[in-house]
Amino acid sequence: MDICSLTIRQAKEALDRKEFSAIELVEACLENSTKYDGILKALLTVDVDGARQEASAADRLRAQGVSKPLLGIPFVLKDLYTTKGLRTTAGSKIIDNYTPPFDATVVVRLKNAGAVILGKANQDAWGHGSSGENSDYFPTKNPYDTSRVPGGSSSGSAVAVASGMCLAATGTDTGSSVRLPASFCNLVGIKPTYGRVSRYGIIAMASSFDTIGHMTKTIWDNALVYEITAGKDPLDASSVDRSVPRYTQALGKAISGVKIGLPKEYFSSKGIDSSVFTATKDAIKELEALGAMFVEVSLPHTDVAMACYYILVPAEISSNLARFDGIRYGYGREVLGEEAKRRITMGTHALSSGYYDAYYKRAAKVRTLIKNDFDEAFQHVDVILIPASPATPFKIGEKTQDPLAMYLSDIFMCPVNIAGAPALSVPCGFVDGLPIGFQLIGPQFEEERLYQVGYAYEQEAPWYKTKPDLKKVIRTI
Amino acid sequence: MTVKKTSKTDLDVDYVARLANLPLTLSQRKKFAGQLSQVLEYVSQIQKQDISGVTETAQVSGQENVMREDEVKPGLTQEEALANAPSVHNGFFRVNYVFEE
Repeated sequence: MDICSLTIRQAKEALDRKEFSAIELVEACLENSTKYDGILKALLTVDVDGARQEASAADRLRAQGVSKPLLGIPFVLKDLYTTKGLRTTAGSKIIDNYTPPFDATVVVRLKNAGAVILGKANQDAWGHGSSGENSDYFPTKNPYDTSRVPGGSSSGSAVAVASGMCLAATGTDTGSSVRLPASFCNLVGIKPTYGRVSRYGIIAMASSFDTIGHMTKTIWDNALVYEITAGKDPLDASSVDRSVPRYTQALGKAISGVKIGLPKEYFSSKGIDSSVFTATKDAIKELEALGAMFVEVSLPHTDVAMACYYILVPAEISSNLARFDGIRYGYGREVLGEEAKRRITMGTHALSSGYYDAYYKRAAKVRTLIKNDFDEAFQHVDVILIPASPATPFKIGEKTQDPLAMYLSDIFMCPVNIAGAPALSVPCGFVDGLPIGFQLIGPQFEEERLYQVGYAYEQEAPWYKTKPDLKKVIRTI
Repeated sequence: MTVKKTSKTDLDVDYVARLANLPLTLSQRKKFAGQLSQVLEYVSQIQKQDISGVTETAQVSGQENVMREDEVKPGLTQEEALANAPSVHNGFFRVNYVFEE
């Protein structure tokens, strides 16, 4: 058996029982990266020596009786995460040579919890994308079908977990970037409440939308990592000072009587593939059998959400990317990739004199309407359920020449970021060998509910056990 | 050579690129003019949305005036701060001159 296919929970137990050591686990992950990453292209930087040292240290601590929640568990970090002494590119060649002198707060927290950092994951540069194809390096491939995208922008993170190069990986979610790759790669992905997890040291995309999440195989694993990353950070003024629940303890609670809303604007959308629709309906039936109650809700401003998103987010991008000037680190602005340049152009236009009122200011008002929609819906239901994506993973190259079509891949996800609500992407089946997921959305800071409902479903429908056929991946050479 | 404004959305790629200090190739300017006018046309649907009496949302967590103690804490050393700089001089970042005589 490949020990990298274990969940964090299983690996922790096995490490405690001395079935294998942390160094053996890391070596197995490194071996998988050697075997498969030539094709899958999930990783930009592998820290072989560092990972071995951290794993050996974890083994020594465990032998001394030290217990930490992630002791010896191999992680891969999205390359937007600043890592001290380890190259950090954001997937962009303008900072191809950047070695940060500090760690992001989340990286410090993961290290303190005993995690072993194996390397940095490929991604759409700066987080700009839904497929991984906007990486300035190379596109990452979906291990379930290498002719298809793994979803983005945290593309390499998802593929690294799905193909056993690590047991969990971090991502960021500004519009879909944790949830879409999670659902395209049969993983659980959390998009936190805005402000729940520190953004300090995470290279910014759109600062009022960015959230710092992660992907795992199971709900339990996901909740465990969240207990570590969530919480106030004095270095991020937007992080919220609110106690962090023990999320794993909400798991296993019955969900009978939980009220789940189905927004009619999404379910009546003509854009949903019939296979996705069927898988979602099946999941709803499963949850109903567990005692959940479903009611229709309305999010009336759904139709203008994407327009709002694609004004505000490029505006914030143009401002954040203004700091990359090649003076303190990196190269000059001519090295910026095409999608970054496209979004800077768009955002600068929306903020420019004469257009600011019509675009930016107006979109900021529409944002209020969209946020109010969610607040109003949560007066009536505990959580909202919608498909993660209207379609299964698309072909590599299918949307690269049509930015608008690429932008609209996220149509079921961006509204959540506009509202700052939390959402959890949960696997719910396959069609033609391709993963499908749904997302659970909750009121701000109510991630516990999402985990509780997700866990109840996963116990009945453990789709995470369906792994990609990695032998087939090798045969695609 | 400059790229013409797109009629419907008024996007002047050359002007915006200058504002953003963004070097674009001619082919990028042409491509963006077409692609972004399509995107702008799409996002312009917010013009039809009734927003009377609605205030802007700039941040969603409802926090205001977040303060912290004003304490001195260790930061990066000069050496660390300069370690990634492409050009340094006497312990400073070297930059191109910005004023012309």
